[in-house]
Amino acid sequence: MSQTTTPESRSFPLPRQCPFAPPPEYGRLRAEEPVSKARLPTGGTAWLVTRYEDVRTVLSSAVFSADGTRPGFPTLLPGQAQVLQRPPFIRMDPPQHSFYRRMLIQEFTLKRIKTMRPGIQATVNRLLDDLLARTPPVDLVEAFALPVSSLVICQLLGVPYDDHEFFQSRSKVGVSGESTAEQFAAALGELRAYMDGLITRKQQEPGDELLSKLVTEHLEPAGELRRDELLMMCLMLLNAGHETTANMISLGTVALLEHPDQLAALRENPELLPDIIEELLRYLSIADLVTTRIAAEDTELSGTRIRAGEGVIALLAAADWDPAAFPEPERLDVHRGNRHHVAFGYGVHQCLGQNLARAELEVVFSTLFRRIPTLRVAVPVDELPYKHGNLAYGIHELPVTW
Amino acid sequence: MRITADTTVCISAGMCALTAPGVFDQEDDDGLVAVLLPDPPEELRETAAEAVRLCPSGALDIR
Repeated sequence: MSQTTTPESRSFPLPRQCPFAPPPEYGRLRAEEPVSKARLPTGGTAWLVTRYEDVRTVLSSAVFSADGTRPGFPTLLPGQAQVLQRPPFIRMDPPQHSFYRRMLIQEFTLKRIKTMRPGIQATVNRLLDDLLARTPPVDLVEAFALPVSSLVICQLLGVPYDDHEFFQSRSKVGVSGESTAEQFAAALGELRAYMDGLITRKQQEPGDELLSKLVTEHLEPAGELRRDELLMMCLMLLNAGHETTANMISLGTVALLEHPDQLAALRENPELLPDIIEELLRYLSIADLVTTRIAAEDTELSGTRIRAGEGVIALLAAADWDPAAFPEPERLDVHRGNRHHVAFGYGVHQCLGQNLARAELEVVFSTLFRRIPTLRVAVPVDELPYKHGNLAYGIHELPVTW
Repeated sequence: MRITADTTVCISAGMCALTAPGVFDQEDDDGLVAVLLPDPPEELRETAAEAVRLCPSGALDIR
């Protein structure tokens, strides 16, 4: 039995026990207090929403605002408040949100992503050649998961990959639950300056990648985008593009190695690949803590009164482990036929890069286990350094051998 | 069956074209939803209905 907590003592984020399962308290809350208050690490409180249907309601209803500039918008990290003063468009409501998102969507359609697949495959092949030339154990995060996702997003945006150590280290500060507000501000300042310089270079010598297109088509004075808006948009894309996918690659690798029956099913029938990716997305729901909202008006959710101005956290992992939507949610099951998970969120803010993520994960998991059939984790999986308290869940380091 | 799309609401998540590729597509120029088969044949109706349910923005309607 998990221990009952009260709003006063329930401090968020709630602790995990098993690294591959959401915090056990989510299950009790879902059953007994589906909308429940918790204390946030940055001070203040927010409502935790744990049922699948409620999470979908919060994320698709205009009653729950994504506008990060509203006073009292819930934050989990000390530096977040600074970003929310001038937030990227993912922390805006329609119509502003749609205005910015529509500048980007042509670059993320299924057809566009399909054209990127040969490039992603070549990147994965090359990185695995390099990895196999090394003597194990090798850190799969540093040697594979991060470079795959960083190289792909750098190519799409037009960010020089040679700068990856710089922006990865600063982005890491931005998503870590252990960073102070000062560290966060310093990292953000450096990232802004970097992106500002890059925008200038694209103005002087535009190429054909996304950043150049945004500069030539949308930046003031010719376009409608202020320089600081473009800057935050690009930083958001760069961060979202490398951090989340890298976490899915590392965690997904361990999850598959821990479920040899699922890996065997995939090996026997490669056509199951898209299904196993959807199931891994549901099972891991790494963006659990990302979908924060604020009530724009008084409302009610599963019988609980929520007042205008109160923070709400739609817990994606709680929704994706709701037995009402996914029977026996603790089972990783490729045959589940699961497409309705909310791992990419729901509503108009659903992940812009979701089909790029799917493509990367398909190429990665179809290639990794074929090229390295004897791949295994070099340490007990319970001892891996998991990213507890980070906005996106993942693994810091993943030593593997073969 | 009659499927309609509101392109002023569409956010181009691509769930429709991913789930029911014969029924839905995304326009090349703006990335927004295109309904290829507003009245899909019997064998595509179930996946078409699923695609409508999965649409995150509520841009699709089915009658």
